[in-house]
Amino acid sequence: MTTDSARARPTKPTVVLWDWLRQNLFNTWYNAIISVVIAFLLYQLLSNLLGWLLTTQGWIAVLTNIRLLFVGRYPPDQVWRVEVVVALIALLTGLSGGVWKGIVRNLATGFGLILFVLSLIAFTFPNDGFNPMIAAPIFLLGSSALLALGIWGGSRIAERLRIPLIISWVLLYPIGILIIRGGVGLPVVETNLWGGLLLTLILSSSGIILSFPLGVLLALGRRSDLPIVKGFCIAYIELIRGIPLVTVLFMAQLMLPLFLPDQVRIDSVVRAMVAVTLFSAAYLAENVRGGLQSLPRGQAEAARALGLNSVQTTLLITLPQALRAIIPVLVGQFISLFKDTSLVVIVGLIDLLGIARTIYSQAEWKDFTGGVWRETLFVVAVIYWIFSFTMSRTSKKIEEKMSVGYR
Amino acid sequence: MSVAPPSQQQTRIPFYRDTRIIAVLLQIFFLIAVVGFIWFLYSNMMAGLRRSNLLPNYSFLSQPASFPISESPIPYDPGRTYGYAFVVGVLNTLRVAVIGIVLSTILGIIIGVSRLSSNWMLRSVATAYVELVRNIPLLLQLFFWLIMSQEFPRIQDAISVADLFYLHNRGVTLPWFGVGSSFAVWQIWIAVGLVAGLILYIVRRIQFVRRDRPGVALPWALLLAVSIVLVGFFVSGITSGNWPLILDVPVLQRFNFLGGVTITTNFTALLMGLVIYTAVFIGEIVRSGIQAVNKGQREAARALGLTPGQTLRLVIFPQALRIMIPPMTSQYLNLTKNSSLAVAIGFPDLFAVAGTTLNQTGQTVPVMLIVMLAYLSVSLVTSLLMNWYNKRIQLVER
Repeated sequence: MTTDSARARPTKPTVVLWDWLRQNLFNTWYNAIISVVIAFLLYQLLSNLLGWLLTTQGWIAVLTNIRLLFVGRYPPDQVWRVEVVVALIALLTGLSGGVWKGIVRNLATGFGLILFVLSLIAFTFPNDGFNPMIAAPIFLLGSSALLALGIWGGSRIAERLRIPLIISWVLLYPIGILIIRGGVGLPVVETNLWGGLLLTLILSSSGIILSFPLGVLLALGRRSDLPIVKGFCIAYIELIRGIPLVTVLFMAQLMLPLFLPDQVRIDSVVRAMVAVTLFSAAYLAENVRGGLQSLPRGQAEAARALGLNSVQTTLLITLPQALRAIIPVLVGQFISLFKDTSLVVIVGLIDLLGIARTIYSQAEWKDFTGGVWRETLFVVAVIYWIFSFTMSRTSKKIEEKMSVGYR
Repeated sequence: MSVAPPSQQQTRIPFYRDTRIIAVLLQIFFLIAVVGFIWFLYSNMMAGLRRSNLLPNYSFLSQPASFPISESPIPYDPGRTYGYAFVVGVLNTLRVAVIGIVLSTILGIIIGVSRLSSNWMLRSVATAYVELVRNIPLLLQLFFWLIMSQEFPRIQDAISVADLFYLHNRGVTLPWFGVGSSFAVWQIWIAVGLVAGLILYIVRRIQFVRRDRPGVALPWALLLAVSIVLVGFFVSGITSGNWPLILDVPVLQRFNFLGGVTITTNFTALLMGLVIYTAVFIGEIVRSGIQAVNKGQREAARALGLTPGQTLRLVIFPQALRIMIPPMTSQYLNLTKNSSLAVAIGFPDLFAVAGTTLNQTGQTVPVMLIVMLAYLSVSLVTSLLMNWYNKRIQLVER
């Protein structure tokens, strides 16, 4: 049956270039005009852009500040700790890619390739002066090797690795923060020294991870029958969603120190983290609520009929299904959080965007005609773009796969 | 297997297993916890403020602000009060938000339709634009536009377009209308035109309902109103010898322009950034809205003999609109909230004014409360309006 239908599928028509052009670019007179105009504009734009990319000398500003871009003012002799965390993430990603295959494997392969290409780029630069991260090329190559090893090893012992892997992903955030901040045996690196891409990633992942429990509770509260709990949750969610993130960040900077007792002192990175968490929780709550609403009533009713009480029903039946259904939405929220953390520049933190501003206003680039802001902003934009684009593609893939599963 | 005999007497449920009582108890605990937590924060805050002698006090609102605001739709000088400065901030925010919403809707519809175009080149360019813009933080884009617009020549060497428009590093200067002496007469004409247009519109609508067939009302009404206003413009201008509106062409002086209006760089950069960023999301909404309309609808409309334009206008778009309105509302709200990024590029919106006030008075709590209330009420009004519109265009189920 299946082979028959596969055989009966018509052969793909061969498309001649001229036919394709006529059908897709010149099928009506106005489409022909539009095509020609766009082609002209596009040529102008791309040739200018390419010319600038290849001829400008401003890249040196980015290259000399590459460490600043990635880790900010993190002490150079402690940067290996960040590298350890990245290597750990590479290993875990590789193992997960090996175990779960499919989308996860594609992601892992992509990540590994990026690390590999970066290491090649890093090798081509002279090690003195230009590249302050001395171990960078070796570290990058090592991480990509570790990742490849992970994929290979993961696929071999997939069955036994599943549970330990999930546990290590859960533990990754606290352990990563512990290694980066130090404390137990390691010298402490205060949070005000964190910066660059490191700070951006920490802020956005903290935002999504820490806001998770709060967001789920708020969502459950908003759906509960208890009027006081429900009212409180609605008030919180709508209040936060009605005001801009900048306001929340500002309030956290100014009012958190006031709210806390005198002996507790928290610095501005932690304040920003609190703000991002409180902000993100309201949006997460709405997403979780959407997931809960999308479940058929029968699920909860069946659970109650089987004798589960309401707590058991929520924890074992409805919540897991709701969370599974909203994975793509959560990735979307993570993307917008990742972009929105750039607003911490306004309250004086130096994340990836803040570093860009620092770099192009350095005194040594004054003599460059036109400054180096184009090059710096370009590199930072590319970094933001790669992260967001990869994540949005992944969430789209997950969504497609899940909708196939439901059908 | 023995079956337990039904209990003879009605067993009373103990109170700790009665869900009604548990619910009440739970809520009381919750209330105590929340109130206790808030009270803890509040008392800490009041103690801290008392020590630094900054107890919340709203009297600063009526004191002179004594800081300049670079642009304002209403007359402002540093002698005005803080309260007045806040009003200026709110108006500036609203100005950006309203203009931004209109422009980003237009651009968004263009992008959304382009992404569905049969022209491969147009479709790809629109897709590339969407993927490029939505994956880069808005603040980065705003920085880009701001620095970009400051790269224009100084005001003395402004680029002039036909001696009417001038581009320079402080903004764009363009001609504007001044009020002439016959303006008062013309105002009457405007009023007459509006009333006539309105009457025509209502009459046409009543006709449609009576004859039970569709038609066009608004364009005719607008045409009538505009033509009456135009005739009035010429009649009042010719009879009194000077025009009701005079074009005020900017003239370059030594250091600035005389006449015309200057739209500042900061405003332009903010508006451009917001429009270009938000239009992407609106474009996606428009695209998915059009795609969500059943294919049979288009085919049926064509089969009934409607032209492609009519199909889009009378069949596809009204249905797509119903799907598009709720997500559109949240994009409009996002744009309004994102306009608070103005503070990063030096446009005096509500948030920027609040920041300056905060630095000068140290009144954290009142200032933050005012800002929150202002944004909340803007959000609330927008979503009420959009909900009203949404309800109006929804299908009436019979």
